[in-house]
Amino acid sequence: MYIAKRLTAIRNSALLVSRFSTTKLRSSDHVFVHRDTPINNENVKFEFDKKNLPEVQKILAKYPENYKKGAIIPLLHLAQKQHGWTSLGVMNHVAGIVDVPPMRVYEVATFYTMFNREPVGKYFLQVCGTTPCQLCGSDNIFKTVEKHLGIKKGETTKDKLFTLVEVECAGACVNAPVMAINDDYYEDLTPELTVKVLDSFKSGKPLPPGPQGTRRTCEPAGGLTTLKSEPPGPGFMVRSDL
Amino acid sequence: MMIQGFKNKLIKTQGVQGLARGLASAAAATPSPRTYGGLKDQDRIFTNVYGRYDFKLKGALKRGDWYKTKEIIHKGEDWILKEIKDSGLRGRGGAGFPSGLKWSFMGKSSPGRKRYLVINADEGEPGTCKDREILRHEPHKLVEGCLLAGRAMLANAAYIYIRGEFVQEANNVQTAIDEAYKAGLIGKNACESGYDFDVYLVRGAGAYICGEETALIESIEGKQGKPRLKPPFPADTGLFGCPTTVSNVETVAVAPTILRRGGSWFAGFGAPRNSGTKLFCISGHVNNPCTVEEEMSIPLRELLERHCGGIRGGWDNLLAIIPGGSSVPLLPKHDCEVAAMDFDSLRDLQSGLGTAAVIVMDKSVDIVAAIARLSAFYRHESCGQCTPCREGTTWLDNMMTRFVAGNGHVDEINQLMELTKQIEGNTICALGDAAAWPVQGLIRHFRPELERRLKSGDRDAVLKDIYVPNNYSVTF
Repeated sequence: MYIAKRLTAIRNSALLVSRFSTTKLRSSDHVFVHRDTPINNENVKFEFDKKNLPEVQKILAKYPENYKKGAIIPLLHLAQKQHGWTSLGVMNHVAGIVDVPPMRVYEVATFYTMFNREPVGKYFLQVCGTTPCQLCGSDNIFKTVEKHLGIKKGETTKDKLFTLVEVECAGACVNAPVMAINDDYYEDLTPELTVKVLDSFKSGKPLPPGPQGTRRTCEPAGGLTTLKSEPPGPGFMVRSDL
Repeated sequence: MMIQGFKNKLIKTQGVQGLARGLASAAAATPSPRTYGGLKDQDRIFTNVYGRYDFKLKGALKRGDWYKTKEIIHKGEDWILKEIKDSGLRGRGGAGFPSGLKWSFMGKSSPGRKRYLVINADEGEPGTCKDREILRHEPHKLVEGCLLAGRAMLANAAYIYIRGEFVQEANNVQTAIDEAYKAGLIGKNACESGYDFDVYLVRGAGAYICGEETALIESIEGKQGKPRLKPPFPADTGLFGCPTTVSNVETVAVAPTILRRGGSWFAGFGAPRNSGTKLFCISGHVNNPCTVEEEMSIPLRELLERHCGGIRGGWDNLLAIIPGGSSVPLLPKHDCEVAAMDFDSLRDLQSGLGTAAVIVMDKSVDIVAAIARLSAFYRHESCGQCTPCREGTTWLDNMMTRFVAGNGHVDEINQLMELTKQIEGNTICALGDAAAWPVQGLIRHFRPELERRLKSGDRDAVLKDIYVPNNYSVTF
C-alpha cells in the first residue's frame, strides 16, 4: 500500500517538473566509415573496361592540365555506371587516374549522395520525400512501394532487383510525386500507378519514363493555357539594326 | 476607422496591385494604374517549354534560335552589356541581382589568365523545376546564351554544371553542344565571328549546396561542395583560380532573345525594377500544377487561377503559399490575396520571389509538418562547414519534429525563433538563412496553431522519443 502511494507521488512530481527529453538519433543516409568486407576491400581491384577508356580521355580533356582532379566526380559517375556501385577499388583507381591521394577521392565520394558505397539492387528506386512531393502524397508512395516489395527505406529486395531510398527534392515538383528509377524519372504517381510501374520492371518490360497520368510533360493537366499556336519563326520581332 | 476607410478606397481605386505595392515601398507615391499578367504567346521566350517540338538544332533554328548571332557578337561587349542593363534583367536563380551589372564585374583584362562563365544548373530548391524544362526542351537557347553572355564578359569557355540526377536533361544539353560544335556555332571561330568559345558540360552528384556559386566552383574542381569565404570574389579568383562569373540557366537562356528583340522590349513587362517575363512553376494543391512563362508582377491569385485552375476546393480552401521556393517565408491567405509576383512586392510582404517556385498548401495540410519536412531537408543538405548551420539545422529539425507531435512547451516557440536568429547571417553561405526563414515564417504567421498544438499535444510522446543507443538494452 505504501509503495503504491509512493509510486503515485513520484509519477505526479514527474509530471510537474519539465522532463528531460532528447529526440531519436537519426544517423546520416550512409555510414561514412569504411569497413572491409569480402567484396569491398583494397585487394578487390577495379579498372575501366575497353569501352569506357575513350570516355575517360574525353572527360579529362575538359579540364586544364593542372586541374586534372576536377575529373573526380565524372570519373566516379562513369565507374559507378560500369561497376554498379562505388567500391574502394573504384575510388582508388580514380585517384590513380587523376593523380591525387586516395583520401581526396574518399572525401568526394562520401560528400555526394549519388555515390553508393554499398551494392544496390538492379533497379534503384529513389522516391522524393521533400515538401512539394509530400503535399502531393509521397508518403503514400513510400507505403505502396514498401508494401508491394516488402522492403523498408534503405533496404534491398531478396532477389536483388529493387533498392528503395528516400531522396531530397528531385527537382520535378510540378510533376509530384516523383520516383526516379535508375536514371529515369517516373512522375505524377498515384499508389495504383506506382504498382503498375513496379510490376512493369518486375516483368522485364519497363514502362516509358515521364508522367504516368494524362500529361506529356509539365503542362497544365486541364489543357494548355499558353503556347496554343505554332511558335514564330526566325526573324520574328527582331530589331531592325541587327 | 479613417485609415481603414482610406485603405478601402485605395483598394477600390487602384486595385489589389496598388495596395500591395503601396503600403511599404517607395513606389507608393506614383502608383501605376497598369495591371500585369496575360502575356501574349508572341512575347514568350521559351516557346518549347512543354517539349511539343524538336529540341535539337533543326527545331531550334525553326523557332528562331541562332538567328543573327554573329551580328550580335560583332556589336561588341559594351553593346551587349548595355542592352542587358537596359532590359532590367535580374538574376533568375533566387537573389535577383541585376545581371548586366554582374556580367561587367570581371572587368576587361586579366593578363595571362583564362576567364570563365559558369552556368548554374544545379536546380534543387524544393518547388523549383523551371531550369529542367529549359535543359531538356530548349537546350540551344542555353548554349547560344552561353556564347553571347561569354562574349559580353570576354570569357574563353563556359562550364554548364547540371545536377547529377538530371541524366536525361544532361543528355539533351550534350546533344545540343555537340550539334553546335559540328555546325560551327561554338568552338573555334564561333558563328564565323572570329571569336573562340568552348562549352563544356559537367554533372554534379547530388548535393543541394552546390547551387551556391562558390560551392559549385569547388565541385567543378573536383572537391567537396563547401562554399568559399568571400572575398576573393569569383569575379577575381573563381574557377581554377581564374576570373569567373556564375549565372543561372534561365538568366543566360533569355539573353539571346533579349538581345535580338532589344532591351526595351523586355523592360516593357512587369513593374519598374522587376521587368521581364519569368518561368513560374506552381506545385502543390492547385487543380493543375504546371510550369508557365508569365509576365513579372502578375498577381499571385491571377497566376493560379489563369493557369492552374485555381486552388483545390476553391480559393477559400487556401491555407498558405510559399511563393519562391522553400527558402522564402510562407504567405498566409490574406497576404496571398494582395501579393504580386515580383522581387519588390514579395519582399514588402516579408517573403521573396526566389526562384518563382510557388508551393500551394490548402487547408488539408498540416502546416507544421510541411515546414518540419523543410527543416529536415536543410539538415540533410547542410555541408557541415560552419557550426551555426551544421548544429543549428540539426537542432531546428529536432525541435520541429517534436512540435509536429505537439511534444514541447509553449515557451520553446520563442527559443526556436531565437535559434533561427542565431543561424541567420552567421554562416559563410546563405543555406543557414534559407533554413531559418521558413521556420521564422511559420512562427510569424501560424503561432496560434503552434501554441494550440503544444498545449494539447501528447506529452507522453516525450517518453517514446527518448534516445536509446542501439547496443543498450534497457528494461524499466
